[in-house]
Amino acid sequence: MTNTTTRTDDRVLVLAPGDNVAVAKSDIASGTTLTVMGQAVTLRTRVEVGHKFAFRKVAKGEKLVKYGAPIGVATQDIAPGDYMHIHNVTSDYIPTYTLDEGHEFFKEAH
Amino acid sequence: MINAYLRPDGRKGIRNTIVVAYLVECAHHVSREIVFPYREQGVHLIGFPGCFPNVYSHRMMERLCTHPNVGAALLVSLGCEGFNKGKLQETIRKSGRPVKLIEIQGTGGTRKTIAEGKAWIEQTLKQLEDAPRTPMSVDELVVGTICGGSDATSGLTANPAMGRAFDFLVEKDATCIFEETGELIGMEHWMAARAENPVLGEEIVKTVAKAAKYYAAYGHASIGPGNADGGLTTIEEKSLGAYAKSGQSVISGIIKPGDVPIRGGLYLLDVVPDGEPRFGFPNISDNAEIAELIACGSHVILFSTGRGSVVGSAISPVIKVCANPHTYKRMSDDMDVDAGRILEGRATLDEVGREIYDLIMRVSNGEQTKSEDLGHQEFILTYKSFEPIGPACFPSAA
Repeated sequence: MTNTTTRTDDRVLVLAPGDNVAVAKSDIASGTTLTVMGQAVTLRTRVEVGHKFAFRKVAKGEKLVKYGAPIGVATQDIAPGDYMHIHNVTSDYIPTYTLDEGHEFFKEAH
Repeated sequence: MINAYLRPDGRKGIRNTIVVAYLVECAHHVSREIVFPYREQGVHLIGFPGCFPNVYSHRMMERLCTHPNVGAALLVSLGCEGFNKGKLQETIRKSGRPVKLIEIQGTGGTRKTIAEGKAWIEQTLKQLEDAPRTPMSVDELVVGTICGGSDATSGLTANPAMGRAFDFLVEKDATCIFEETGELIGMEHWMAARAENPVLGEEIVKTVAKAAKYYAAYGHASIGPGNADGGLTTIEEKSLGAYAKSGQSVISGIIKPGDVPIRGGLYLLDVVPDGEPRFGFPNISDNAEIAELIACGSHVILFSTGRGSVVGSAISPVIKVCANPHTYKRMSDDMDVDAGRILEGRATLDEVGREIYDLIMRVSNGEQTKSEDLGHQEFILTYKSFEPIGPACFPSAA
């Protein structure tokens, strides 16, 4: 019998119970509505293979949990269907370097 | 059973390579010119660029020049550099391998040194044709693993599939080595729980704490712009994926670059220098880690990639396992295994793990990997500083 609270679309992975991030198994278009852990979630942006989105509300300061492990902390409130990445999540250890000129590491280099 | 090459020191190799090693950057061009005509005949270029001596890099060069895949070594010195060339030559000679040392200054410059080096290569290639063969079983095999150009698919497909292959190998008492302690940040307590004993578990936690401190001192984690473009948000998330390469076996010990495990099992290679951070980032790119895995005896390297790395290595063949189905379609010429099939529902983790295991056996019996066939023989060695491992790190040695 299918458990209605864990029912999840085939295009999506929730890697462990208790995770608050869903992972796309293929590229999924913006506006797509999917069932994740029994909840209907509409994607607000396109999500590429391997990338993450929220399927429930994640408050600013809350840990992101993937495969049962904390992978960072939300820097703002995140709504169901929101793409989760460096714009709304940061490391608990060392910030991620990008080629964005505003990045701390780039500034230090000059 | 593998049909291996038997070296005079008793070690067994799966390739019959001659290394040409420059002992300072000033001898690099001359060495490359010596190698060039023979680059498709198993003659590989390695070397150390620095003029100042370094215990770590000396030990690395000794291990690499006496690696079981290596049948002979040509050392190329400018003449005035700090590298202890006589000591290196003596170590190789004692291993029973043919070795020659040429000094560019004493030989009379570029042209004469290249001619003398090539003459030695011609003669040594003929000599190595008669290298004795011997049966080698899986429990004598050493396999290292690394990920490079990772993306968010790496931890879902290629890394856990390589972890399965590691589990199959460890079951047969092969030696498996995983590394990148800077990419195991956040995983230390999970790893500690898998240690052979609690004391080793404590050492694992300390090793990862050392890596986190080291990278923090440079203000940069082991995660790059391409990783972020590929959906990896934080170093913890990258670590979670990288950790999957280790499989699920018991962790038998911690080793440092150049330590060759004395019995089979799963080992964590600590690649982050000891002491205060100096000499820069622990590994400036993937090939620095591959060179260290090879110095620990790895006959074969498993390399997972999501974004699409093309590298191979000098000395040991590199098997490329592609995590991302889009990347595989774009770069299949460079990829040995298509692990993205797992996401597409066309294969299971166990099936791809078994495919990797079978490929390791075929490559050990001479089948060329994609990167070997394409002529990739990348190599990097720079400065580092290590303390020897403590007894708690290597319970089986006690």
